[in-house]
This record gives sequence, structure tokens and C-alpha cells, in this order.
Amino acid sequence: MQVDSALVHHVADLARLGLTPEDQERYIAEMGRILGYVEKLNELNVDGVEPLVHPFDARNVFRSDEVRPCPDREEALANAPDRSEMFFRVPKVIE
Amino acid sequence: MPPSAPTAPTAPTELTAHALRAAIVARRLSAREAAEAHFARMERVEPQVKAYLTTCREPALAAADAIDARIARGESVGPLAGVPVALKDNLCTRGVRTTCSSRILEHFVPTYDATAVERLRAAGAVTLGKTNLDEFAMGSSTENSAYGPSLNPWDVTRVPGGSSGGSAAAVAAGTAVAALGSDTGGSIRQPAALCGIVGLKPTYGRVSRFGLVAFASSLDQIGPLTRDVRDSALMLQAIAGPDPHDSTSAAADVPDFARDLEAGVKGLRLGIPKEYFAPGTDPEITRAVEAAIDVLRRAGAEVRAVSLPHTDYGIAAYYVVAPAEASSNLARYDGVRYGLRAGAEGGLLAMYKESRRRGFGREVARRIMLGTFALSSGYYDAYYNQALRVRRLIKRDFDNAFAEVDVVVCPTSPIPAFKVGEKAADPLQMYLADVFTVCLNMAGLPGISIPCGFTSGNLPIGLQLIGRPFDEPTVLRAARAYERETDWHERRPAGLA
Repeated sequence: MQVDSALVHHVADLARLGLTPEDQERYIAEMGRILGYVEKLNELNVDGVEPLVHPFDARNVFRSDEVRPCPDREEALANAPDRSEMFFRVPKVIE
Repeated sequence: MPPSAPTAPTAPTELTAHALRAAIVARRLSAREAAEAHFARMERVEPQVKAYLTTCREPALAAADAIDARIARGESVGPLAGVPVALKDNLCTRGVRTTCSSRILEHFVPTYDATAVERLRAAGAVTLGKTNLDEFAMGSSTENSAYGPSLNPWDVTRVPGGSSGGSAAAVAAGTAVAALGSDTGGSIRQPAALCGIVGLKPTYGRVSRFGLVAFASSLDQIGPLTRDVRDSALMLQAIAGPDPHDSTSAAADVPDFARDLEAGVKGLRLGIPKEYFAPGTDPEITRAVEAAIDVLRRAGAEVRAVSLPHTDYGIAAYYVVAPAEASSNLARYDGVRYGLRAGAEGGLLAMYKESRRRGFGREVARRIMLGTFALSSGYYDAYYNQALRVRRLIKRDFDNAFAEVDVVVCPTSPIPAFKVGEKAADPLQMYLADVFTVCLNMAGLPGISIPCGFTSGNLPIGLQLIGRPFDEPTVLRAARAYERETDWHERRPAGLA
């Protein structure tokens, strides 16, 4: 896998991760090396092998639709970096 | 210098949990005295070991007093009554900051306890504080902590392993009797091996993950770090079992983990996987593990060769699956509801990017990048699905082995504790140190690391025993059988004040 600056920028954008020029150079080298190692997976013939997403059969678990105690508003807002009354405050979303 | 000779421990900071609880219940020692002895020892050894990020002296002493009051009134107390324990700092604790050793959660104070923490408290354990880890549990040395590394009590120029390195160092250094850690690719077993203690990763789903800050949700599992196998069973008993708050917690009945602990290994079939004895492992470790297998054989176990042919692909598959799940789980850190916020003056998108750039350390950012790449359009099938197919092959290897044997026995780590900084420059070299531990997580199996010797440089060596899903009783029984024949677990590091 050839990792170049275009790919690094694309992935960082998808990940919503800010990049410095120094980060970019580091990722080109490190991701290239790690993905190069990972490519040994292609040595194996996996025809007909189903992907294993979860170690055991994961099933949906339902519960009855009953009102139960949940965190109150002040608890939910306790760690907010910025708030306005009962809301999380964020920068303007719609230009 | 040889390991310090075992002597009958009497100080509260040297006892096992079961011995300490017995002393407290018999009123030979109060829970308060036990807790205070630990805080006093922290003052002496923490400057060298740096196991803790946060300590909780006043609440711990209050909890200890409550235990003592119950005992004085003749009331029943829990199976961990008065036992001082440490918690890895990725386990949520109500009212006590939980940082995951990350800048992004530096000031995060949970409003609830993790289920495992709640259950430990219900069993009477006294929580002393929160221990250091590699940021978000990503690493094998604690060097990825934003707050600096913890150090190995056997040699403070070396790492304690990771990611639960603070928990392992605290138990080894005598600043906690037992601790909780989490294990995604070896993060309980490897630091236990490097610090000369017992570390158990239960079967996936055995312990609720509710309140464990998520790293890789199909791999993560909480488990105990202790001074002996009996304590491991005792701690697991307290935290195991289904939880309505975690839909992946298993409905399976929780057995009595102490019941067959002393049953020995006569008639048990142990499998020795040849792939785990390949060149590349420190020869002193291979020799110690082979000697341990002989001890088990002499104790009556039947020893057979088995093969786990896809072992060599474990690291490659793991370092796709774990970062993929991590990139998804860590998307929640966006500077909106909790955690660090930066760059808000530049608008919403700038806030996301700047909060995450400043909040995450290098290893975490690297794994987010790798995982996002592996899940991205055009690469998903070639990387993520390919790794998941290999994951199934790895699980089949174990299924086949467990058709013939009851327990698989191998080393925990190919290397003993390494020097701080020795592997920090090359992430891939650090990843390769997980070669013997990641496959269990991929397959969801239980595994334990127990002390089985020391290198010529006086560094602990760990023996790993792996079992069938939900067969912790057999794993613990085999581990206990070895422990009864040896005294490695009774050695304590001599170099600390």
C-alpha cells in the first residue's frame, strides 16, 4: 500500500483529525510501514471464510418498553465544555 | 541479585486478598489500618513507581470504617471486605475523574460507576484510586500515557508492561492488594507477566463492560490483577455475571470459581502449541515455560503437542480489527458533550478537528488513522473484511485444539520488561510484543498469566494458560495446581523503599 499525502489528508478528514505538516510526514512513513506488515494477511486463502465480527453470536437484546431512571439533566450536562441553560452550546452549525 | 527469598508476609501491604480479608474479619487488623498502610506505602514508593493517577484517601478510609463498623456490630461482610484495590483509569468512577490517561478526558468526572466497580464495592472492596495506562488502553508499556509512564517495581528503569501497567505495578509494589484492568490484546496478562503477578482475562462477555471506556468493543474485557490464583478467582467471582446495561454480557450462569480450585491437574490434557515456541522468544523465557510445563506434567497433567497454524497472522489481523473498532468508538470525542474543546472560534468542523488533534496522543491518533483507513470506502473489503476472515481462521485453530486438550499452555510475552524508551520509537516493534496475547481476544477466550520464574537479570517471567469459552474454572484450577508446586508468586521486589 502506497501511503501518500493525499491519502493521509483524506483519512484525517474522514476521522475529523487535525493534521500538522509534521503529522502528515510521520503518517506517510508509519502507516506505510504498518500497512505493509498487515498485507501479510493476503498470503492466506480465505475463499469461503465468513468474516467474524464478534467472538460469539451477538444477538440483539430487548427489554420491555418501561420508563426507568436515567441521568437527570444536570448530570448529563455536568461535563459539558460549554453550555447555555439546559443545552450544550456549540459553534454555529448552519451558515 | 537473586529474587528476594520468600518469607511469610505479615504486613498488610504484602498479604493476599483472601488472607487480608480473613485477618480483618477475625479483627486481627482493621480495614482502616489496611487502607492506611497502603496510603503510607504509596508515599514511600509512588515517587519511584508512579502507578497511580488519582488517589481517593478520604472516601477509602470512610469505606474502610464502614466495613469495620459492620464487623464490630457482628454483621455479615462481603467476600472482599476491607481489601484495598486499585482501578485502571478507564473504568468509570462516580465523582472521581476518569482520564483514560488522555488529555482529552483530563477533567472528565463520570456521574456513574462501571458495573464491575459497583460490584467490587458491593463485595466490600475499598477502592484506593485510579491507575495509569497507555492512553485509551492502546499500548504495551504505559509509555503512551499523557501523564508519563509507570515504572516496573522489579527494576524502575523498565516499563511495567501495558496497557494496565499502573494496576500491575501497584499490586507488585504493595500499593494495592488487587486491581482491575482491561484486556483488549493482552493488556492484563502482559503487564502481569512483566510485574511478576497473576492477571486474568475472562471470556468475552463474562464481565460487564458497562462503564469501561470503549476501545475495541468486540475485544475488550475487564479482569483482575492479583498476587495469587485464589485472589484471581475471588475477584472474578465478585465482578462476573450478566448485566442489563451491557447487551454483550453473557447470560451464562456464573459458576463457583473457588469450588474446583484445589482439584489439581490429574487427568487434564494440556496442549503445547508449537507456534508459540518459535525462535524470536527470549531463550530464558522459553526455558522457564518448558520447566513449568514439566511441573504440570509431574503433577499429573497429560501434555500433548497442538497446532495453532494461524498464530503468525494474529498481530496483522488484530492491528486492523482493533484500530477499526477504536476509530469508531473514539468518534464520540468531539468537544461537544464532554472532554477537551479547542478551536471553537473557527466553527464546528474546526472545533472537531482541533479538539481531537490536541486531545489525542500519537498512538491513539495513529490507530484512529489506521482504523479509519481500514473502514473507508475502497479499502473496507481488502483490509477490514480480510482481517475478519483471518479472525475466523484463528478462532477455528482454537476450536480444533480444544477438541483435543482442555488447556493450552504457552508464554505470555516473548520478552521480559524492557527499558523505558527502548521500543517507543517504532510502533510496529511495540505491536509485535503482543504476539502471544492477541489471538485470545480475537477468539474471545479466557486466559491467565501466572509467575513462572525470573530471568538472569531478575525480571519476572509469565506463563499463559488458555481455556475454552466460559471455562475459567479449568484455567484457574490448572494455574492453581502450578502455583501450589512453586513459590514464584510469593516473591516481592526487593529494590523498593
